[in-house]
Amino acid sequence: MSEHSLCQEFLSQISDYLDNNIDPLTCDELEKHLVDCPNCKIFVDTLKKTVYLYQQQEADINVPSEVRGRLFKVLSLDDLTH
Amino acid sequence: MQEREPISIKALKAGDRDAFAAMVDAYSPKLYKLALRMLGDPLEAEDILQEAFLKAYRGLENFRGGSKLSTWLYRITANEALMRLRKHELDTVPVDEPLLLDDGAEIPRELKDWCCLPEAELMSAEAQDTLDIAIKALSPTLRAAFVLRDLHGLSTREAADVLQTSEAAIKTRLLRARLQLREILSSYFSERMERLSNV
Ligand SMILES: [Zn+2]
Repeated sequence: MSEHSLCQEFLSQISDYLDNNIDPLTCDELEKHLVDCPNCKIFVDTLKKTVYLYQQQEADINVPSEVRGRLFKVLSLDDLTH
Repeated sequence: MQEREPISIKALKAGDRDAFAAMVDAYSPKLYKLALRMLGDPLEAEDILQEAFLKAYRGLENFRGGSKLSTWLYRITANEALMRLRKHELDTVPVDEPLLLDDGAEIPRELKDWCCLPEAELMSAEAQDTLDIAIKALSPTLRAAFVLRDLHGLSTREAADVLQTSEAAIKTRLLRARLQLREILSSYFSERMERLSNV
């Protein structure tokens, strides 16, 4: 297989690779390719980082207490807020 | 979410207010985050949250327990969010599944490795804005798949259940969403790298 088609092969499985959703043999092959192909390595690293940055951002989102208060009121549960 | 349902469905169906309040407290953070990510606006997110629980309240008698309570609540919220986004789209340019990279796409040459940028750079206010812009640029269905799978940690199966579609569709949408987000973040961070190296 040419180097180019290996890259294509890699891209087609990149999501499954990220999710650890491929069989060990294919995983080994893909990881071998990553050692030889800086481009695919950067691609997968930046893809992982992209997801990671959103997950970091997500951790900082909270429900403001006023939002919770108004929600309980709308649901006529405000006597149960504690 | 936990496998074991901490809230009694029986009590909920019987109209137990304490059980309903417990359900609201248990799930409102996740549902609020989903709505906020989908709409990108805190006021609309709050509206969706209220609407979702009102619908849940009215629909409890029809909840069969075939799916988990969390899945059911996620579905109500996601539907509400998608419905509003569709309404917005009628007023603006339709954004139906824009694809920067198709499935048969190639990995671009000469990629910049911006992973090594300092944390302060990756987490700057400007970078956070870029993240927001990029996620808003996704079509609603791609965004929903990304948020549920990558940010809420739902399985492919659960996300398919919430969005009432196939697991294959979730996989495709997730891939497209991730690729599109990477593309936008890459052009921003690559430029930052260049600017920093020229200082
Ligand atoms: Zn390659």
